[in-house]
Amino acid sequence: MSSILSAENITVEFGGLVAVNDVSFDIPEKGIVSLIGPNGAGKTTFFNILTGLYKPTSGHVMYDGQEITALVPHKIAAAGVARTFQNIRLFGSMTAEENVMVAMHSHLKASLATTILGLPSQRREERAAHEEARALLEFVGIGKTAGEFARNLSYGDQRRLEVARALALRPKVLLLDEPTAGMNPQESSVFVDFVHRIRDEKGISILLIEHDMAVVMKVSERITVLDRGEKIAEGSPAEIKANPRVIEAYLGKGVGAGH
Amino acid sequence: MAISFLKRGEKKQKQSASARKWAISLTLIALAIWAFFTYFFDKTPDAVQSWFQVWLPPSTINESLVWVICALGLNIVVGYAGLLDLGFVAFWAFGGYTAGWFMSGFFHQVNIHFGSMSAKVIPGIHLSFWLVMIIAALIAGFFGIIIGAPTLRLKSDYLALVTLGFGEIIPQVFTNGENIGGFNLSNGTKGISPIDAIGVFGKRLGPFDLGWKFLIYFFLAACMVFVSLRIRGGRLGRAWLAIREDELAASMMGVPLMRTKLTAYAVGAFSGGIGGAVYATHVNGIFAERFNFSISIILLAMVVLGGMGNVWGVIIGALLMAWINATGLPAIGDTFNNTFHTAINFPSYNFLLFGGILVLMMLFKRDGILPEARLKMISHENDDEAANTGGH
Repeated sequence: MSSILSAENITVEFGGLVAVNDVSFDIPEKGIVSLIGPNGAGKTTFFNILTGLYKPTSGHVMYDGQEITALVPHKIAAAGVARTFQNIRLFGSMTAEENVMVAMHSHLKASLATTILGLPSQRREERAAHEEARALLEFVGIGKTAGEFARNLSYGDQRRLEVARALALRPKVLLLDEPTAGMNPQESSVFVDFVHRIRDEKGISILLIEHDMAVVMKVSERITVLDRGEKIAEGSPAEIKANPRVIEAYLGKGVGAGH
Repeated sequence: MAISFLKRGEKKQKQSASARKWAISLTLIALAIWAFFTYFFDKTPDAVQSWFQVWLPPSTINESLVWVICALGLNIVVGYAGLLDLGFVAFWAFGGYTAGWFMSGFFHQVNIHFGSMSAKVIPGIHLSFWLVMIIAALIAGFFGIIIGAPTLRLKSDYLALVTLGFGEIIPQVFTNGENIGGFNLSNGTKGISPIDAIGVFGKRLGPFDLGWKFLIYFFLAACMVFVSLRIRGGRLGRAWLAIREDELAASMMGVPLMRTKLTAYAVGAFSGGIGGAVYATHVNGIFAERFNFSISIILLAMVVLGGMGNVWGVIIGALLMAWINATGLPAIGDTFNNTFHTAINFPSYNFLLFGGILVLMMLFKRDGILPEARLKMISHENDDEAANTGGH
């Protein structure tokens, strides 16, 4: 399988601190892959590299055959790399529908003048955008909340709204940063099906950062493990489960040796 | 699915219906005020007339509308895009001086007339009020972009500082602009006056045609409302609000930060320019010392007091504070002094009052008199209930 988004030999240094050290990583087309590791392993830093928020000290990020390492975040997003946030970052005082429509910014063509004049082309475009936003809210299962303020939604609905908003970018890759944080086991298992639906129905490749091992093992086709900025393992869920270095990273040396 | 589509349709209608209700009521009130002052005022008893002269003179009403125009412009920058601008007076000054340059005998070396009602023999540049308005808006907008381009990269606190400086520098340039390499840019502290009368429908509006000016100012304020609402409802308005809410998340959703912020700043400056030109026709002249820091702060207070981001709230805030500033405080002070035989200079306390209002608002009613959210809640009430009972 060819890869849609790949990071090659990424190194990130903050001052003297090496946050990510020479990590290479692929997201195969229409694949579901996970990035795991203990706290402080550099997962979110790596995410921020992929979305252009940080620039790597060295290394390249390739998306759909093009180098995007130096692009500004909004261009990377518009090109089709969408993300959600570990701590939900919705536009609180905007409605759910408006939140989704913000992410359509790069697809819409309306200019200042056409908006003020309310030209037919602009109105048509707005109507289509409204419909698309509603369809996306239905897709993630919160169609009823379209007119509610994002900050008034329940926690679970906010998580779903973040996904709907990311999907409005019409992405080819979706990066989910700890999407099940704060969910109970039942909600988490619903989420696993949801991730599969996004991939199967929208044809989007997915990368997850996740702490819930049950979710990771169930949903991922491939797992990459980071520890202290280094890639220590990569493989199928079964391989990762059996990998002594991974067990060591998570549970400490003594336990790893005992197995 | 079908149900939610239906609901959405209703909601949309309700929202625009609420805007229409506001627009119609305000227009009716304005027309009533106009009709009253134009046709009935002279026929009312002297007591009523003198009451109005003390508490609500026509010139204060007109001045309030000028403030409304500017406050709506600042609302785009502060209320929509969340960029704290403490130097809005600079754009007001640009607009005012544009009117000074192109609607008076100031440039007496030349004799250019275009669409103006003033006599052809008078030297100077005399352009039509409407044309000057556009030029003022373009000049202010142009400087808005020039100043915004480097400064909008700054984080909010620093942006506030830079705009603060800018709001001090521009009026200083005009105050001292009497002799810039031998060129008289602004006539210094003497100012430029008089400004040409506005010509409308072949009628020449002198300093005392307050009724007509009221209609013109009201028309311009209405245009500002229309433009604000249109932009707010579209692609750009959503991007502005998103930046106000969470800049980083907005950029991650494909919103180009610099360009979007710059547009907000330019549109705000544009309206500031219009406001400045209108103000020049209202006071019939340009005086450098009037363009001071307090104007920026009063405008900001209007936006905050009314409810950031909500045009109707900002209008109410602007009318209220403009009235207090121009008439309310002196009138209350005189009444108080006469009743209690004191000699307190009330108008000198207006900044204490405005500062106090701002602090109290921040403490007790941070969203302003008419917050945007509240208004929406009201117009969505039924839908929210439906969603709450049916959902979670």
